[in-house]
Amino acid sequence: MDEFETLVPHGNLMTHVVAFAHLLRNTGIKVSVEQTIDLVRALEHVPIMSRNDFRAAARCTLVCRREDLPVFDAAFDFYWRTQSGFDPLMLAIPVVKTPPKPLRLPRRPRGQGDGHKEPDRHEEQQEEKVGFTLTFTAAETLRTKDFGNFTYEEVQACKELLRTLEWRIEPRRTRRRRSANRPGVIDMRRLLRRNLRYGGEPIELTFREPRYRQRPLVVLCDISGSMDRYSRILLQFVHTISNGLRDVEAFVFGTRLTRITRLLRERDIDEAIAAVSKQVVDWSGGTRIGDAVRHFNYSWSRRVLGRGPVVLLISDGWDRGDPQVLAREMARLQRSCYRLIWLNPLLGNPRYQPLTQGMQAALPFIDDFLPVHNLISLEQLGAKLAMLGARRPERRQNAGGRVIAQV
Amino acid sequence: MHFTTIDELQQALAAHHYIADRPLTTAIFLALKLQKPLLLEGEAGVGKTEIAKTLARMQDRHLIRLQCYEGLDVNTTIYEWNYTRQMVQIRLIEALGAADAHAALNEIFSPEFLIKRPLLQAIEESWERPPVLLIDEIDRADEEFEAFLLELLSDWQISIPEIGTIRASQPPTVVITSNRTREIHDALKRRCLFYWIDYPSLDKELQIVNAKVPGASERLSRQVVAFVHELRKLDLFKLPGVAETLDWTTALTALDARELTADLVEDTLGAILKYQDDIAQVRGQGVRSLLEKVGM
Repeated sequence: MDEFETLVPHGNLMTHVVAFAHLLRNTGIKVSVEQTIDLVRALEHVPIMSRNDFRAAARCTLVCRREDLPVFDAAFDFYWRTQSGFDPLMLAIPVVKTPPKPLRLPRRPRGQGDGHKEPDRHEEQQEEKVGFTLTFTAAETLRTKDFGNFTYEEVQACKELLRTLEWRIEPRRTRRRRSANRPGVIDMRRLLRRNLRYGGEPIELTFREPRYRQRPLVVLCDISGSMDRYSRILLQFVHTISNGLRDVEAFVFGTRLTRITRLLRERDIDEAIAAVSKQVVDWSGGTRIGDAVRHFNYSWSRRVLGRGPVVLLISDGWDRGDPQVLAREMARLQRSCYRLIWLNPLLGNPRYQPLTQGMQAALPFIDDFLPVHNLISLEQLGAKLAMLGARRPERRQNAGGRVIAQV
Repeated sequence: MHFTTIDELQQALAAHHYIADRPLTTAIFLALKLQKPLLLEGEAGVGKTEIAKTLARMQDRHLIRLQCYEGLDVNTTIYEWNYTRQMVQIRLIEALGAADAHAALNEIFSPEFLIKRPLLQAIEESWERPPVLLIDEIDRADEEFEAFLLELLSDWQISIPEIGTIRASQPPTVVITSNRTREIHDALKRRCLFYWIDYPSLDKELQIVNAKVPGASERLSRQVVAFVHELRKLDLFKLPGVAETLDWTTALTALDARELTADLVEDTLGAILKYQDDIAQVRGQGVRSLLEKVGM
């Protein structure tokens, strides 16, 4: 068919398929053995001498995420075009992503560890406690001190305090039901089963009640220049909650938006933050909040706002973008989430007035406007999240319309 | 109907008005050959669901559709007992004074009293030809449902405590679609062949329009498709999908339009754009200038 024929010279296609799967794994695409077998099975059905059909078969069997498709294409071209005979050395060359990090002991105590690991954990904890001998008063001062005035040592100490904070978010009622003993909806399936011994007479009633689940949380964190003094510790805070809660999506923005959810899965806080700062190019640059929120709305809202999440927007509101864009996008964001909370570190200062254009444009569309400048404010935020109430707040969309007109 | 080559399948799809390019056809072909579920992702309105419908029509097989929503559970997807009939049966047994009451009571948990929901229907033995099972918009269901699907999709069997295991003699053809409103779990993805459907090229979309809206004039459909492609270059909240192109062409044909004019576009924008902001943006840019870009 095309030049492909010459590229499979010795007919040992199987070896090549396995080697190619290996190459894909090296580039960071997760390919399971079953998937490789599927491809081999698929080759019985597609004309393998046609390069494009072979590519299509490999694509639909080996790749299962859209993000991986471009990498797959590059790897495919690399492997099957340059290849005229299998050379194991090939496998070592194209490493797109970094190899897995060395295994580290988890620092957070696990809920249910198995018995014999228990002692290790205690030892580890004790060791750490020695490292940070915080007296009560020191910890107390730290709780009220503004993040912006932290020294490096205090940032380190604060990490420990952050870890001790428990994060809980008010659960959301789902459409699933589970069996219950309290009166609710009658559970016919169980009812009939249980009452068979009474000849099918419904004597013992069985019920079903709605199940509750944790509400998702989406965090958008400003890391532009004006937030410089706060962003490091706030990122640590974001890291803590994304490890403490089940369903957290995290983004950072300056002039543009970057999704950092996966980076924050890294258990070690320092490594996670290092990874974030490596990937985020506009660290400490200017701010265009409106554009960032707009990007979020267009590219991500449909994917992460599906299940009534709480959205935390962390920013000081210093915006160099167009306030009208910000107002419009905030309105859309507020409509598509359960609750929109704006955390502003400047709000910790009693003399602070949200007078910047950006803040003014955004204010009508915020459900809660809270400070986030010290540990106490974080604790208050935690309390707030834990009791949001079963109904979402009344939205001031009409007032919002007027503000757009004024701006 | 069995297909021995990808070409054959492609032609058969085209004969049933589904225009698929070669890579997509290859994925469908392999899904049929390897008897693996096909997971289709892509923006709304690019023709994911249509593939399942076409496969069923083309092979004269039954289409079983499971529209996903949050809270799907065993009762709504696999089976439920027919309680009313069971109750009546119990009364009947009492009234007749059956000799062996215990055996009689067992009887009410027999297949006769079972209401089969889509997933159980799909693996039933009674099918002459295995059906096509469409699990539509799986991203709307919750993770528990996905976990449950894992077992079904790898073993093609379902166990019902009162009856036993029901196993498909021939696995159904399974098409799963997702709009990516959330990430599907990798474990499920790996059991499927995966294909991402993009917006079609201009030529392909024109072929689709010609196949689906035969009444439209050649000139009109070419203009419509070109205009939609121009819209997709804009920064809109919801880009129009193929479904919208088809709707719009149908609407314009119903209005007896022979070609696009600025007025006509203004009046019918709602058929392609589904957000007020988007409509305002397109109006603001000027429909006329867009039409000029298309070359009219």
